[in-house]
Amino acid sequence: MIKPFAITLKPGTSLANLTGTWRTERPVYLDRLPPCNNACPSGENIQGWLYHAESGDYEQAWRLLTEENPFPAVMGRVCYHPCENQCNRGKLDSPVGINSVERFLGDEAIKRGWKFSVPQHSSGRKVLIVGAGPSGLSAAYHLARMGHSVEIQEAGPLAGGMMRFGIPKYRLPRDVLDAEVQRILDLGVRLKLNSKVANIAQSMQDFDAAFLAVGAHIAKRAYIPAGDAAHIIDAVSMLRSMEGKEKPMLGRRVVVYGGGNTAIDVARTARRLGATDSIIVYRRTREKMPAHDFEVEEALQEGVMIKWLSTIRQADEGQLTVEKMRLDDKGMPEPTGEFETMEADSLVLALGQDVDLSLLEGVSNLEVKNGIVQVSDNMMTGYPGLFAGGDMVISERNVTVAAGHGKKAARHIDAFLRGASYEPQSKHELADYGKLNTWYYSDADKTVRPMLDIIRRQTSFDEVQGGLNETNALFEARRCLSCGNCFECDNCYGVCPDNAVIKLGPGKRFKFNYDYCKGCGLCATECPCGAIKMVPEEI
Amino acid sequence: MGFQPVKFYQTGTYTVGNRLLSPDQRSVQAGESRSNSINSGHRACQGCGEALGARYAIDAAMAESHGQLIAVNATGCLEVFSTPYPESSWQVPWIHSVFGNAPAVATGIAAAMKVKGKTEVRVVAQGGDGGTTDIGFGCLSGMFERNDDVLYICYDNEAYMNTGVQRSSATPPSARTATTMPVGPEPGNAFGQGKNLPEIAMAHGIPYVATATVADLRDLEYKVRRAMKMHGARYIHIFVPCPLGWGTASNDTIRIARLARESGLFPVFEAEQGEVTSVLKIRRKITVEEYLMPQKRFAHLFGSHPHPEMVARIQDIADRNIRKYGLLDEEAA
Ligand SMILES: Cc1cc2nc3c(=O)[nH]c(=O)nc-3n(C[C@H](O)[C@H](O)[C@H](O)COP(=O)(O)OP(=O)(O)OC[C@H]3O[C@@H](n4cnc5c(N)ncnc54)[C@H](O)[C@@H]3O)c2cc1C
Ligand SMILES: Cc1ncc(C[n+]2csc(CCOP(=O)(O)OP(=O)(O)O)c2C)c(N)n1
Ligand code: SF4
Ligand code: SF4
Ligand code: SF4
Ligand SMILES: [Mg+2]
Repeated sequence: MIKPFAITLKPGTSLANLTGTWRTERPVYLDRLPPCNNACPSGENIQGWLYHAESGDYEQAWRLLTEENPFPAVMGRVCYHPCENQCNRGKLDSPVGINSVERFLGDEAIKRGWKFSVPQHSSGRKVLIVGAGPSGLSAAYHLARMGHSVEIQEAGPLAGGMMRFGIPKYRLPRDVLDAEVQRILDLGVRLKLNSKVANIAQSMQDFDAAFLAVGAHIAKRAYIPAGDAAHIIDAVSMLRSMEGKEKPMLGRRVVVYGGGNTAIDVARTARRLGATDSIIVYRRTREKMPAHDFEVEEALQEGVMIKWLSTIRQADEGQLTVEKMRLDDKGMPEPTGEFETMEADSLVLALGQDVDLSLLEGVSNLEVKNGIVQVSDNMMTGYPGLFAGGDMVISERNVTVAAGHGKKAARHIDAFLRGASYEPQSKHELADYGKLNTWYYSDADKTVRPMLDIIRRQTSFDEVQGGLNETNALFEARRCLSCGNCFECDNCYGVCPDNAVIKLGPGKRFKFNYDYCKGCGLCATECPCGAIKMVPEEI
Repeated sequence: MGFQPVKFYQTGTYTVGNRLLSPDQRSVQAGESRSNSINSGHRACQGCGEALGARYAIDAAMAESHGQLIAVNATGCLEVFSTPYPESSWQVPWIHSVFGNAPAVATGIAAAMKVKGKTEVRVVAQGGDGGTTDIGFGCLSGMFERNDDVLYICYDNEAYMNTGVQRSSATPPSARTATTMPVGPEPGNAFGQGKNLPEIAMAHGIPYVATATVADLRDLEYKVRRAMKMHGARYIHIFVPCPLGWGTASNDTIRIARLARESGLFPVFEAEQGEVTSVLKIRRKITVEEYLMPQKRFAHLFGSHPHPEMVARIQDIADRNIRKYGLLDEEAA
């Protein structure tokens, strides 16, 4: 090489100067656990599937979502979305509409006919599932995908459990449910309807393991002295009969007793069946009501009335006797001795459900506490090979928990069948709000889902809440902050004054060049989503 | 018009890159093929804003000139940390002469290129605030006045950093430097002195003047590329925090620049032929305290013997900038 004019030493590049030796801290990439994922009872990788939805790759998003939960279209309608309560965006403006994007993906999958990939191998092992509710179906889905042969025995005439015989149509249209159930059956799952299991010990003899998911279907009773002609039915039977040909005859003035979501569904259903007055009687106040606030609100909008701080003492033909209550210091209701009467053509009791455990008779080593079968961390009962989940075990009773139990049980059953034990991956550290640099996110308020007009909500069983269209679903997905997980915004690559970040190309993220990284920490500070951490160097 | 930010697409144009934008909407810095004009191994301090700002600017100029660029450098940190003889981090043809003559050297190179008929080769000169506002000022004013075909970029870290943080005419009021110590009734650098070089440049009526910060990459790249599309004398003044001289954490360089802009203390705008044509609006307005407090050079304004009256005067400067340049959106105001 020709030396430049007046230069006596050979010119060189600064690459010879390894500034990495200056470092006292080093940046490292990590995946932190987004709070939404952490809160999802089905363990969905929400941040992960939103990432695909953000770029409009809805099928990929749907595939990642259904790795954990086979019911996005159902979830997008009935899940109480605890994920959104934890969403970091809630601290910025309002949470990402995770549930509405989930519904969009679920509906898109039905519309486009996306199918699950059928397992390539067969384990030769047979698993019996009792009950085709969300828990049983979810277990069946996961077990089938792991290559096991699955048979569901279901007492009822149709699959779905409380998704069909509890949740009303105006919240969950049945064609949506049918489509998501059918897709599971298409994996080769055998479904035997009208096949009540009377004795599990006997029924499971032909199988290598069994999963019980019979739900909780026995209506709880309250002792109410009643005249012969009083018309009293329980909520479960009433909602169940909505699925039959004969709709229940409730009359014009219907009183519903209870304060949970079921009471709300009954009252809203009664309204749609033509009741002019649909009145919920509840012994405490709105703040203490177990029903979700949004459901109470929707019911009130439809003209449902609620009588707070009241218990029913006596039921006679066409009339109820009600005692007023007050709350004591602990917030528990206590009687006041003041009575009044109210007219009622019928009284529906929505006081909760117990589990029918008769099929467990004769099973050894079972532990049952207060009418609830006890399972250990791996969802197995005391009887080896017999697992249980969903409403019948102790937990929150909802579709998402039930589906989560089905998945968890499936993983442990799979391990059990191999004589192994399933070790869940240890959870990553949480990507809480403080880990984010929210400067970089665009301002964007939550998209509101359309609601059916009020007249149709009072007179028909049409679905109340609408879905998002492609444009606003995409917008909503892109409100996600991608908490704790690199979304390739190139900030680290851009802000490093030392070019010490290597870009590996689309989808491949980045790596640090520790030969030159001085450990200034700019990349970690300017990473919007908290996917870089500074750790002390060992010196 | 100015830089038109993309408002949505998750992070819009706030982030360096954005996989949701079409390739032609992306930044130079996001590209794997950016020229990395100042390569790794340079000796700038950890988190140096000047090293970052220079790469942002020169990479953009390289992209706009399709690699046909010669860079001239005044003496200062940028020159010293990048090029200790006989090694250099520069990956562009680069020349350093002395402290005060970078504009004149650039003028000469531009003339030489013209004579040789190499019209595609463009010239950039660059220097620190000392080199620009003080010692190089005469040469620079001449370059402006002659409308020589050079883009001059000043990296403003508000003092003579390379020689140990002495005051320059770009040092802000009340800042501590080695020559403006925090003593006396009005500690730190004096109020009412110093030069506003962007406005002086505008007063020359040159084709293009702009200010920018290392916290606003997309705006900075837009301005460099726009300047490179023009001919004649152009001037860009880039705000580059210096962790060493300002007493800030090395990971705070970009945040501090952002706070300077959001407070109104450093107005970001562009001007053509001496007239302001666009400003970068404040997004989330802050008080000057928020900007001053994290910097040790302003520590004497706070703490056990605070100077709220001086903070108030600094706030006045910010407010005046906001009014003068219209930095607040109507609705945000
Ligand atoms: C009115 C109402 C509204 C609700 N609304 C919501 C809502 O909006 N969101 C939400 O998340 N949750 C809701 N829930 C709760 C949710 O439906 C349940 O938590 C969930 O369905 C429980 O799932 P599971 O699979 O455990 O049981 P289930 O859904 O009850 O399914 C159990 C299945 O097992 C079958 N079975 C029972 N015994 C036998 C036997 N011996 N042999 C064979 N089969 C048997 C049953 O026929 C049934 O099909 C609601 C519940 C009700 C009652
Ligand atoms: C004529 C002359 N006087 C003084 C110096 C010493 N000197 C070298 S760099 C420098 C300060 C540079 O300050 P600035 O231009 O602001 O650049 P910075 O280092 O802050 O980036 C000084 C005073 C010199 N090199 N030449
Ligand atoms: S912003 Fe996205 S990743 Fe973060 S909690 Fe919300 S949905 Fe999850
Ligand atoms: S910005 Fe660059 S030098 Fe600073 S810590 Fe990150 S990789 Fe290292
Ligand atoms: S003193 Fe300041 S300008 Fe100079 S290299 Fe260090 S951080 Fe950069
Ligand atoms: Mg300087």
